[in-house]
Amino acid sequence: MSDKKKELKPNTYKFDTLSLHAGYQPHKNAGSRQVPIYQTTSYLFDDVDHAAALFNLERGGHIYSRISNPTVGVLEERVASLEGGTAALATSSGMSAIFLTVMTLCEAGDHLVVSSQLYGGTVNLFRLTLPKFGIKCTFVKPRDTEGFKKAIQKNTKGIFGELVGNPGNEIMNMPEIAKIAHDAGIPLMVDATYQTPYLCKPFEHGADIVIHSLTKWMAGHGSSMAGILVEGGKFDWMQNDKFPTMTKPYEGYHGLSFAEEFGPTAFTMKARAEGMRDFGPCLSPQNAWNVLQGIETLSVRMKKHCSNAEEMVKYLSNHESVAWVSHPSVPDHPDHELAKKLLPNGRGSMIAFGIKGGKDAGVAFINNVKLASHLANVGDTRTLVIHPASGTHSQMDEATLKFAGLSHDMIRLSVGIEDIDDIKNDFEIGFRAARKPRLVSNQ
Amino acid sequence: MKFKVNEHEVFASTGGRPFDKKKPLIIFVHGSGLTHMTWVLQTRYFAFHGYNALAVDLPGHGLSSGESLKSIEEMADWVSDVIDAVGHKEASLVGHSQGCLVTVECTSRYPNKIKTLSLMGGAGAIPMNPELLSLAENNDPKAVDLMMDWAHGPAGHFGGHPVPGLYHINTGTMLAKSRTIQNTLGVDFRACDNYKNGFEAAKKIKCPTLSILATDDKMCPVKEGKKLASLIDGSQVDIIDNCGHMMLLEEADRVLTVLKKFITTNYPPLSS
Repeated sequence: MSDKKKELKPNTYKFDTLSLHAGYQPHKNAGSRQVPIYQTTSYLFDDVDHAAALFNLERGGHIYSRISNPTVGVLEERVASLEGGTAALATSSGMSAIFLTVMTLCEAGDHLVVSSQLYGGTVNLFRLTLPKFGIKCTFVKPRDTEGFKKAIQKNTKGIFGELVGNPGNEIMNMPEIAKIAHDAGIPLMVDATYQTPYLCKPFEHGADIVIHSLTKWMAGHGSSMAGILVEGGKFDWMQNDKFPTMTKPYEGYHGLSFAEEFGPTAFTMKARAEGMRDFGPCLSPQNAWNVLQGIETLSVRMKKHCSNAEEMVKYLSNHESVAWVSHPSVPDHPDHELAKKLLPNGRGSMIAFGIKGGKDAGVAFINNVKLASHLANVGDTRTLVIHPASGTHSQMDEATLKFAGLSHDMIRLSVGIEDIDDIKNDFEIGFRAARKPRLVSNQ
Repeated sequence: MKFKVNEHEVFASTGGRPFDKKKPLIIFVHGSGLTHMTWVLQTRYFAFHGYNALAVDLPGHGLSSGESLKSIEEMADWVSDVIDAVGHKEASLVGHSQGCLVTVECTSRYPNKIKTLSLMGGAGAIPMNPELLSLAENNDPKAVDLMMDWAHGPAGHFGGHPVPGLYHINTGTMLAKSRTIQNTLGVDFRACDNYKNGFEAAKKIKCPTLSILATDDKMCPVKEGKKLASLIDGSQVDIIDNCGHMMLLEEADRVLTVLKKFITTNYPPLSS
């Protein structure tokens, strides 16, 4: 018998278990093993006192499904648990999660420093729409870490970026940019849609708010729109006077100071109490349930996405029709070492590659693949392709395209979890057509 | 609000209402290594229903300055000083875990000042696991992770927070790591481990007392809470099923309902 003393170990649930169970207790829901879909707009109050207490945030609970819903609440807790966050707020789409984050943080006259390599819709939000609300942005290339520092102004309220830029796969040096943000007393907001918490937990690298389009890998099946913002809980809103809407008494809730009352969950509480109340981009319970189904198999799917992506990187890198391949797993990718540090469980399933023959070849390729779907989404279980210059980023002019790191020969590939040989065979059809674009288009 | 006790600045949440000297005072005392924020689902209700609800940050914790107090007895005296500092002559006390040791000791020392006592996850003594104590005193974050594991019951580990979207294990972890662990949790655990007067102090308590206990509490098991309650004349006991030591978050609504009935009956609010 060994007399060695047993080391104490925390037995909190691990990632795969949380993916299936976090945020839900069957015994509080009629024993239903599956999360019920609470398809309701509103919730009975016990009495007038109970109603008043709920409206005044004196008690936890649900009032109206624009503000919160029990099914959506399970999703929010589940994602918060997986990210290592304190709280989360689900929204009707990833874009509404970004908008709600910005509107919770900023007022007219404020400024943000933003990575230049973003999803086209996000670029337009920051470049064209937010200025209409009096919020201005300075764009900085994601690898220009010092550029983020130089762009900070007195009225800057935060830094925003996609951890791995869309679609060029440029990686923000999150730990260094987080330090720049924190030295300036402002939070770092990271869109980590491409990674999911399975590949990267941004809070461990200094992020303060994490945003996901849950529509993508988290839901994973291309069926439902959803977004979420998650709070890390470390950012001290009271360290300076930059965030009066977080720290000063708020008229909308009888003089409540969100930072004083809710501390590590203050941002989410404000986003819900004010943002969902006033803007209302709520997630439907049915879509929340669909996303929960996807999250149950997140780690299983992400492993297959990543292994298929690595196979495709090898295949494309050795293909005569391919001019270049961009994926963080490629040794000569400029961010290869950074990716190893930030994405230890896999480098993701988004690949950008240049097709020889330029735009015409790209169009022929896209028009001739049969298995890969040509559409404006990523992170489906199925393989997806698009030509960004003519699709997702088509609203950009030539100069903006160049600044966003896009070229006319670029094809964006979201690798699915089909049999890898079938994906390669399909690409062979596309490449054959690309080599003879005129012949194929005349068939 | 901020005020001074023994020349150090103290922070206390007032539940979102301005402090009003005319209203009766309830002081909420948090557990080891934690802050006023653990009480957010109880204080706001009382603040909006005729009370001054002061959820204090103990010295060196949360937003309060100074160094952490090293003994339960010092903390008990400090709570009495808080009552004086805010210009009141009496108060109702609510404690959680270590806060129960503090409020029991305070009530026994200042019987004329304390009008009701509410204990959540309390015991007459809280001897610490030596390894956990050592980890906390050596600033090891594993101490917080172990505390969060043991402090939540099996149901609490799954989540299901009463406030939609909050994940309380991570929230508690963040609170406990918000200041240097050895200076908060380490000092608090040592103070709990050293405190031996709980059962004797309990025998001196004459004010109305409520103990809220939880069936899955590993840190202060029900039998320990009952033992403490049995020493206090007329003590009420409420036991929550499927709940762990963090009942004020895990079963916040139930806790508030029981607390509301007890306090409003025995220490009425200022009627509007």
